[in-house]
Amino acid sequence: MILVYVNSTNGLSKSALETVTYGKKLNDSVTVITNGGASTDLLSSLGEYGASSVIIDRSVDGEDAQQITRLIASTAQSIGANTVVFSHDLIGKAVAPRVSVRLKAGLISGAISLPNSDGTTKVNVFSGKAMGNVKVNSSIRIISLLPNSIQPEKSGTACTVEETSGNAGNAAIKVISTKKPEGEIPLPEAELVVSAGRGLKGPENWGMIEELANLLGAATACSRPVADIGWRPHHEHVGQTGVAIRPNLYIAVGISGAIQHLAGVNGSKVIVVVNTDSEAPFFKAADYGVVGDAFEVVPRLNEAIKKFKAAQH
Amino acid sequence: MKILVCISKSPDTTSKVAFTDENTKFDENGVQYIVNPYDEWYALVRALEIKEAGGGQVTIVTVGAATDEAVIRKALAIGADEAVRIDADPKDAYYTAMQIANYAKANGFDLILTGKETINYNGSQVGGMIAEELDLPFVSLAEKLYVNGSSLTLEREIVGGVQVVEVNTPAVISCAKGMAEQRIPNMRGIMAARTKPLTVVAPVAIEELTSYVNYTMPNAKSAVKMINPENMDELVELLHNEAKVI
Ligand SMILES: Cc1cc2nc3c(=O)[nH]c(=O)nc-3n(C[C@H](O)[C@H](O)[C@H](O)COP(=O)(O)OP(=O)(O)OC[C@H]3O[C@@H](n4cnc5c(N)ncnc54)[C@H](O)[C@@H]3O)c2cc1C
Ligand SMILES: Nc1ncnc2c1ncn2[C@@H]1O[C@H](COP(=O)(O)O)[C@@H](O)[C@H]1O
Repeated sequence: MILVYVNSTNGLSKSALETVTYGKKLNDSVTVITNGGASTDLLSSLGEYGASSVIIDRSVDGEDAQQITRLIASTAQSIGANTVVFSHDLIGKAVAPRVSVRLKAGLISGAISLPNSDGTTKVNVFSGKAMGNVKVNSSIRIISLLPNSIQPEKSGTACTVEETSGNAGNAAIKVISTKKPEGEIPLPEAELVVSAGRGLKGPENWGMIEELANLLGAATACSRPVADIGWRPHHEHVGQTGVAIRPNLYIAVGISGAIQHLAGVNGSKVIVVVNTDSEAPFFKAADYGVVGDAFEVVPRLNEAIKKFKAAQH
Repeated sequence: MKILVCISKSPDTTSKVAFTDENTKFDENGVQYIVNPYDEWYALVRALEIKEAGGGQVTIVTVGAATDEAVIRKALAIGADEAVRIDADPKDAYYTAMQIANYAKANGFDLILTGKETINYNGSQVGGMIAEELDLPFVSLAEKLYVNGSSLTLEREIVGGVQVVEVNTPAVISCAKGMAEQRIPNMRGIMAARTKPLTVVAPVAIEELTSYVNYTMPNAKSAVKMINPENMDELVELLHNEAKVI
């Protein structure tokens, strides 16, 4: 039995669909445990990605890791789960280690692959500069899957949704307020990311970067100094000390490609670098490089994309 | 307030990453170790600020070998009052967390701070595991931490935004960017660190729940394809037809 934890408080994210798909690929029956207020119809659609049933506890709001842990552990025990799957996102990082202790089950943190035939599973180590093969020594294993490591796949039809409550206890964490900009694509989930660095000279020059992101339906990101001096919001900072991302496409404009920056983006499938300096280290990590001035290249790229999109229709 | 700060060492961010013994061991040859940046810049410095404002005691704990004492002294030089080294190889997050939880249980702390993650194994595991073992609340990825008596107010990162939460002590908090500013140890701190207490504690018997079997390097990138800056149509065409990402 595979148990997959999904946080459905704000609907179903792409990473939720990835974890259910991952559970299905482990070739066993998949039960999803979730909390929050998602509609029964929405939850039953997880059957299309491989879930055979969904259990929801609406009394748990998904804000307290301790409470979610009790819910997951009691469900894992009642269904006899041998594997519990999480997304290695903000909630997964808080809950999976707790469940590991509660079930005395080894945690493969930040998995990037399905287990090999010998049961070892790949994870990124040293900020993506190498990969480790991890083995679990306990009878139950816990896997938290790095977002964007596999694609969601439809393989079935809608499944049953069951309500539960009373296994999670009280929350110790009290939420005072939540600030969330509307309509932005969360960076860790974005498939396309446009990022810029100090080469842009000032915050007033980000218009063309935002236009490029809008044209592509991409999220925006930045290098650390740019967030530190306040040109861009902190949550856009990618790299070793910021967010680690692995989108399909990462476009880096005016970023030198310091090793600490690369550590957060080197999992990207395709990297495009725009830089005036042909010696910038980022070109060594790039798939496509443009040596040129961002202030000329980016507007030109935006026009080219508009032309491309018009031709697609 | 009695605060415990969990400190780990990590290779300097510019270290070359290589493996020996048929890719089963990290090659430490020429590697400089530093205090894991999250532990030092955010957890430790914020703990010191809390102590400076409201009194108390800051203890640092690390699970590691005697060779890690250089790193421990650096944390003492920044201002921690005392250090504890649990004398064991921190091979597995569960093993490490149980050692720290065991020490904390016996010594009673109001607040346990960890970094967001270690930059070598990037697990983000140890803090949550300590909290579960001690049956304490865990606020992960906190960017701000304020103490009012026995209540903590925190700002934590959530998907696409931030949230303000409250929790009572004792609690475990993992610290991310924004908590505090890096402090450079001064000469007085470095001198004082030499005589601050560093207690070595024997580990308790704990089974390891996971093990690293071996390591592999990512596939080398194929050479970069350079594109004429005048010709962005070509880039769009390649991203569409060759890379298939747009
Ligand atoms: C422990 C540690 C952790 C760190 N963590 C991070 C991290 O998480 N993320 C991070 O990003 N950094 C991090 N850093 C900082 C990192 O080392 C670099 O200093 C930083 O990434 C540089 O940012 P940048 O590329 O925007 O700026 P710069 O290094 O100043 O590069 C600007 C680039 O823009 C180019 N340029 C200039 N003008 C133009 C133009 N008109 N058009 C096109 N290109 C132009 C220049 O050639 C240059 O390559 C960390 C450092 C340390 C020590
Ligand atoms: N060997 C260790 N000794 C003490 N604290 C540690 C050790 N390893 C990890 N930690 C703490 O746990 C945090 C998370 O580590 P990790 O789970 O490895 O990402 C670190 O930032 C440290 O605060």
